[in-house]
Amino acid sequence: MPPPGGTYEKIFAFGSSGLLSQSLTVAQEGTDSPEITASAKIPFWYDPNKRAIIYQVVVLGMVGLVAYYLFTNTLANLERQNIATGFGFFSKQASFEISESPIPYSAADTYARALLVGVLNTIKVSFIGIVVTVLLGTFIGIARLSSNWLVAKLSAVYIEVMQDIPVLLQLVFWYAVFYESFPPPRQALGPIRGVYLSNRGMVFAVPQMHPVYGYMALVFVVGCLAVWVLRRWAKKRQEKTGQSFPLFLVSLAILLLLPLATWLVGGAPLKMNVPRLVGFNFEGGTTLSPEFAALLLGLVLYTAAFVAEIVRAGIQAVSRGQVEAAMSLGLRPGKVLRLVILPQALRVIIPPLTSQMLNLIKNSTLAIAIGFPDFVSVANTTINQTGQAIEGVGMIMVVYLFFSLSTSAVMNWYNKKVALVER
Amino acid sequence: MQEVRETTAMKPPVTRIGVLGWVRTNLFSSVFNSFLTVVIIYFLWKIVPGLIRWAFIDSSWTTTGAECRAAGGACWSVVTKNLRFIIFGFFPYEWQWRPLLAMIILFTLLIVSRNRSYWKKWLGYSWLIGLFVMGLLLRGGLFGLPPVESTKWSGLPLTLLLSVFGLTAAYPLGVLLALGRQSRMPAIKSLSVVYIETIRGVPLISLLFMSSVMFPLFLPEGITINNILRAQVAIIMFTAAYIAEVVRGGLQAISRGQYEAAESLGLNYPQKMRLIILPQALKIVIPPSVGILISAFKDTSLVVIIGLFDLLKTTQSTLSDPRWMGFSVEAYIFIALIYFTGCFSMSSYSRRLERELYRGN
Repeated sequence: MPPPGGTYEKIFAFGSSGLLSQSLTVAQEGTDSPEITASAKIPFWYDPNKRAIIYQVVVLGMVGLVAYYLFTNTLANLERQNIATGFGFFSKQASFEISESPIPYSAADTYARALLVGVLNTIKVSFIGIVVTVLLGTFIGIARLSSNWLVAKLSAVYIEVMQDIPVLLQLVFWYAVFYESFPPPRQALGPIRGVYLSNRGMVFAVPQMHPVYGYMALVFVVGCLAVWVLRRWAKKRQEKTGQSFPLFLVSLAILLLLPLATWLVGGAPLKMNVPRLVGFNFEGGTTLSPEFAALLLGLVLYTAAFVAEIVRAGIQAVSRGQVEAAMSLGLRPGKVLRLVILPQALRVIIPPLTSQMLNLIKNSTLAIAIGFPDFVSVANTTINQTGQAIEGVGMIMVVYLFFSLSTSAVMNWYNKKVALVER
Repeated sequence: MQEVRETTAMKPPVTRIGVLGWVRTNLFSSVFNSFLTVVIIYFLWKIVPGLIRWAFIDSSWTTTGAECRAAGGACWSVVTKNLRFIIFGFFPYEWQWRPLLAMIILFTLLIVSRNRSYWKKWLGYSWLIGLFVMGLLLRGGLFGLPPVESTKWSGLPLTLLLSVFGLTAAYPLGVLLALGRQSRMPAIKSLSVVYIETIRGVPLISLLFMSSVMFPLFLPEGITINNILRAQVAIIMFTAAYIAEVVRGGLQAISRGQYEAAESLGLNYPQKMRLIILPQALKIVIPPSVGILISAFKDTSLVVIIGLFDLLKTTQSTLSDPRWMGFSVEAYIFIALIYFTGCFSMSSYSRRLERELYRGN
């Protein structure tokens, strides 16, 4: 029955606060049917709206009381134990070393800088971890569906085994492999030329710094812009004329050939920074510390198993009829994959994939168990030195909440973009 | 007279049936597949014999650490010689039958609960009694069992205790949070949402830190709670948020008609939830709940970081003994096997249950 007086709009207007809209409807019904005149006759404890208010006041009061109790206890304890409050320690000298850091850091720097190093290390391991995990997981997920029995079974075994072993155990396992099973640098294993595995980590050759690389990066960025413009133009042209443009090949050519041409023009520098054994350790090249390598390996291998399952489920969610229909329209296999399978599979894949990325970021906190200086590890040292547990734990929570929220914001944006493709 | 011609049924070509046919369709169906097969077989050929040699042929099983080093292969002795410490940790040696019995009770209950036809009231009561007996066996102090301090609880029993009691205590809390999130009362809804999303956004380790360094500050002077209970509280808080999300999925899967039917019968909110909605919703979410039990079981290994002696920590302290240094890989493989057995049996059960429940609907 439509309530007179345009109540729907009112309900709609107050829709966000459920209580208000309810009381409105009740009031409206009151005038609508005169035999139930008003809520005056009903004792207030039988009125669901008033009861709701009472419940909420009681719950909020209880939560407030508990919070107050904990707060006063904490204040008393802090005072008794002479622990400072606030973030004054930020500008004090940290006086502890951090084993690896992307920015210059020494024990003479402040706590704020030490914590920044922790954040950067966390970002580094999470970012590289997520990229490698998505690639490896996709690969294994596709392999799981292979028509080759060996490939399918091996991936299935991989997925099952990796999912069922705690990630912390995997981390300490890989760390032990690096530490105990690999020889010291003098007898380092060299599986490929220029790559050495030893108990000091993995050392590999990198190209010697040369100004040409900077130009190559610049050209690559310009290439990305060109591809973006080209894409828009090609899309417009196809909408207008129906002619399609070999966009993928041309973009690939732009992105690969332009930097390559720059490199050739720049004199094709080939000099590599090859690690050499000097004394008891390597010099030159780039080193992945055993801690970082073990952390990355453990996180990637563990999370990739979950990603593989998600990718498999996503691909299987696209019905065969879709593929057959696309083929009968005359699309080539590459286009079937790109235009029909992928957009539909991605829709299924993205939300659980996001939560796996968040898991990887959260699991990177286990670095503390093998001594990689991520944010939690640095914050823990800070807590131990300053005794300011509340600020420390609070910082950890805020930082990871921020990481989680920003990752989900990006993925939600991407998800929306993908979801739009379907209609 | 008609000529009788004998015909023999022509068999399919050998390359299409039997072993050969299977190999052809599954391993060499195309050029690319054949290439893959050859590459994989080559790598397996390179790796597997060496691995078998290391794990079984050159391995030592009941020797000392020094003999292990001489033998060169895998040193399973590190496990067999320290098995009781790895499993039971610091629990007094002569009383280690108590955690063993507690674990046997737990496994029996789990195995009995696998069968859905036993899901009756008596099973619930036996779980309650079982949990009580398990706690009693660990703690002692009654019926002539000497008390064992909780600081001595360690190894596998501690891992199981944290995950099983954690899930049991977190479930009611999770259901309440899920109901709170579905509630129409803005204050209760926002409290639940903030709690659930905060907990799900932060790593478990931050909660464990909170329990180990902040709880002592929260409590009035003179009151201390032991480490295990603190970690248990953190695990319960963490698990409850995940259970809440799972249960919310179940609540949303119940059609509106059920809610409306319950309301039109004149049931009030608690009756509606207890009699109509929750029985159906909780049934739907059994498989994902097993998934949460699996992650709780795996996540308890994190208590290592705040210094509790769970299965991983007892193993690590065995490995810090100079006699057994350097055999981490073997020891870790052993506890990985324990975790794998536990998780794999639970996850395959959860899959079976999902199939059965799906068929039931």
